[in-house]
Formats: sequence, C-alpha cells, structure tokens
Amino acid sequence: MLLIPCPWCGPRDETEFVYGEAAIQRPADPHALSDAEWTEHLYFRDNPKGDHREFWFHRVGCHRWFVLERNTVTHAIAGAWPPGEAPPRRKDKA
Amino acid sequence: MPCRRYSIWALARNALSNHERWPKAWRSPEPKPAYDALIVGGGGHGLAAAYYLAKLHGLTDIAVLERGWIGGGNTGRNTTIVRSNYLLDENAPFYEHSLKLWEGLAQDLNYNVMFSQRKVVNTCHTAGEREATMRRYNSMRLRGIDAEFLSREDLAQIEPAMNLSPASRFPVLCALAQPRGGSARHDAVAWGYARGADAHGVDIIQNCEVTGIDRDPVSGAVAGVQTTRGAIKAPKIGIAVAGHSSQVAAMACVRLPIESHLLQAFVSEPVKPFLNTVVSTGAAHFYISQTDKGEVLLGGELDGYNSYSQRGTLPKVQEVVANATEMFPRLGRLRFMRQWAGVMDMTMDGSPIIGKLPVPGLYMSGGWCYGGFKATPGSGWCLAWTMAKDEPHELNAGLNLERFRTGRMVDEKGAGPFPKAH
Repeated sequence: MLLIPCPWCGPRDETEFVYGEAAIQRPADPHALSDAEWTEHLYFRDNPKGDHREFWFHRVGCHRWFVLERNTVTHAIAGAWPPGEAPPRRKDKA
Repeated sequence: MPCRRYSIWALARNALSNHERWPKAWRSPEPKPAYDALIVGGGGHGLAAAYYLAKLHGLTDIAVLERGWIGGGNTGRNTTIVRSNYLLDENAPFYEHSLKLWEGLAQDLNYNVMFSQRKVVNTCHTAGEREATMRRYNSMRLRGIDAEFLSREDLAQIEPAMNLSPASRFPVLCALAQPRGGSARHDAVAWGYARGADAHGVDIIQNCEVTGIDRDPVSGAVAGVQTTRGAIKAPKIGIAVAGHSSQVAAMACVRLPIESHLLQAFVSEPVKPFLNTVVSTGAAHFYISQTDKGEVLLGGELDGYNSYSQRGTLPKVQEVVANATEMFPRLGRLRFMRQWAGVMDMTMDGSPIIGKLPVPGLYMSGGWCYGGFKATPGSGWCLAWTMAKDEPHELNAGLNLERFRTGRMVDEKGAGPFPKAH
C-alpha cells in the first residue's frame, strides 16, 4: 500500500487516489506537430525502470490532479507537487 | 547416447535404474562467439520461437539468452488460461492458430504440457454486456471458432458452485463459453519447448543477461549483443522479454508504445475438485480455475500504476477476494497458499506487437498485456516466421508496430490509448 503525499491534503492511503498516466509534456501547439511527432506524443513512452513522474487524482479527497515522482522498482516516493509547478528539490539529488 | 524420446518404454527402462539415468532434457552450453540468430528471453515465447526457427525454418545455429532461468519470468507468473475467443480480425485468427498449436503440442514436443480443454466460460451481468457477448459469439462462429451461448440454467449445470442467485449484487444473466479453451501447465510448456529446441541444436544459455545491442555503424543493422557472459555476434535478434520489452528495445534506441504494469495472481490450498471449467467475468475482471492439484487459481485486474517490482499491493488482493467470494461463496473459508505478481508489458491498444522493429535485423514479440500465456505457441511460431523470412506472416501482419503510426489500432476492448485500461 502506497502512502501518497497529496500536495493539498498531506499523506493519504493509495486507495483514495486514481492513477492517471505518465506526466508527459503536452505539446504547446498540437496543430504544429507532424504525424510522427503526434504519434510519439500519443502512444510512445519511456517506461523507465526507476524514477517515474506521473499524474494522480485525489478521488476521495480534494479532487485535484498532481504530479508524483515514484520509483517503479522500489515504489519509493520522492515527492509530489501541483501540475505546472517546478518539482521541489530532492534531498538525495544535487 | 541414451534414447532422448519419452515413452512408456523409456519410463519402464528408467524405472529399473531407479530413475537415476534420465538424460538431461537440455544441454547447458557455453555461448559461442557468433550465431545465425539470437532470441533474447528464455520464457515460453522465446523458447517457442527458437523451436519453430529450428524445426520449421532450418535455422539451427541459434541461441536463446535468458537472464535468469528458463520459464522463471512471466511464464511462471500467470494463470495459465488458454482460449481464442477474440473479436477483431487481427487477433482472432492469430489466437485460433495458437489454440490449434496447443491442441497438438504435447505430441509435437513429445512432452506432456497437460493441456486440458475444460472449457472457458465468460459470464455476463448486464444487458449491454450480453449484446457485446452475443456479437463476439457470432463473430467467433463466423470464423469457425467454437463457441456456446449459455443461459443461467446451463451454467447451473456446468458450475453448480457458482452463485447464480438473481438476488446477488450483479446477477449473472448468461455466459459465453469456448469448449476448446482451458488450461495447461506453465513449466511444462517452457521445459517442453526448451527440450525440443535443444534437440534441434539450439543453445539455451541461462544466467546470461543482455546488457546492450551492437549495431553496424554504417547500415545501422543489428550486429550482436553484449551480455554478462561476453559479446555474441548475430545478424538477427528477436526480443521476447515480456515486461522488460521497453528496456531491451531501448538498447537499440527503439521506443515502444508500452508501459509495464503489475498483475497479481493467487493460489489457495488444494481442495477436492469442485470447479469444472475456467470461469471469468468481464464485469469485475476476475478469473478463476482449479488446478489438477486441487488449488484454486485466481486473479483480477492490474494493480493500476507502472511498476517493475514483481510484488502486488494489498487493495487488489481485497478486490480479487471480494470477486471470488461473490461468485463462489464457498471459497470464503479457503486460505491462500501463494501470491505473486508479474510485470506485464501493456500496449496502448491492448494488443501485442509481433514483428519487425525499425532497426534492420531486430524483431520482437511483446506487449502481451497479461494475455501472453495462451499465445505462447502462436507467438513463437509467428516470431520465427518473421525472423526467418524478414517479413511477417499474414497471422501477425496486423499486429505490427506501425499500426500506432498509421492509426490502425487493434483495440479489442475499445478502451483507448491507456495501457492500464486494457
């Protein structure tokens, strides 16, 4: 069971949340994308074995989306922050 | 050289020597510096590909490279359901071909894979589901695939232990059944293919992790692999590594439309036989069968977020158990014996990718989305064909990587581009 630190509500059980998807950067101007770039954005993922940034939704809490950085092997959570904001500095990384 | 073929005579002869003189089922050779082709991944799919490459395409100077031990990955982490009740043109003929290979597999391999065609039953709980299921039934029958539409009364005959009460939370309305579907023994599939491939001269190299893919600096084609046991040259490389497809493809700078997710499964303590078929329900995404040893084998949905951890989380255990006791109330007092989680390579449309990758000489069979076990023979057969001829067979032509660029998705469930939704 994950203990997820919602940026607004604090640490809560995993069961209160819904996983969204990988926190990919939305294209600034979708109309400017080529077919190949659009395909890459829609379907292709890095799928890292390690730190992964992802969108979560606090379904039975504040009903807000946020970005979570979580390790996909150990499930250790490095931090959570509101979407659009810069991630807080990690203590284990310079 | 002792006789390698298994038969009642071999059994009798070896009984006389206390079963101490059985030959090893496959060799453990040192890797050679070069092969005609390499298969990365010694699970059922990789071993099947090697077997069919050697047997049907005459490519015998090949090796299977396995990081751990053969069959120790997802081949040993699934619920062993075999069926071909698919709807779409790209999927149904492929899975039906695979099912036909299953039907002759024990004889072909001279190895008992314990394939048991005990019928796969999929229950419907809503009117909408009933209509979708009827459409699937008709589609299957039109393709010549066996299917039965079962009423609640039929179900009561087949599975007397099932909760068919109209007062239950989500009452069962009817079911789709595939009589030729069933289950097989997972280890025997890996071992049988390994033994068969080895007999055709394939080198099976265990404890050999691929750490890099070498490419020709001029043409860009694959030239070989770097492994923990040295470099091995080969002009053709097939990837069959299940949940780690993204990592191995990335060694050749190929990105895939895949995310890795966890799927849990459970077996209970063994009890006397009470389940006759493999039962699944689409409404709650739950499936259950009873093994030949008497254990109740069950599983449910993905854990829900990207992971390579091979351990499940508790909320899903609760969900699966709730489904189990709702459908089979008598399971309430049963105890679990084992639980495990496998790493599933979930594609963006829920269908696999078998074919060429955009690097000459590189092929893959992956993205099996927790439906890989039933596909083992068909996947190996199609990967072997594609590697031998450098073009896909018509059975796997639609299951290519290009479909994500052209928009020809094979979305069986209609769930959209979300790997966790399939």
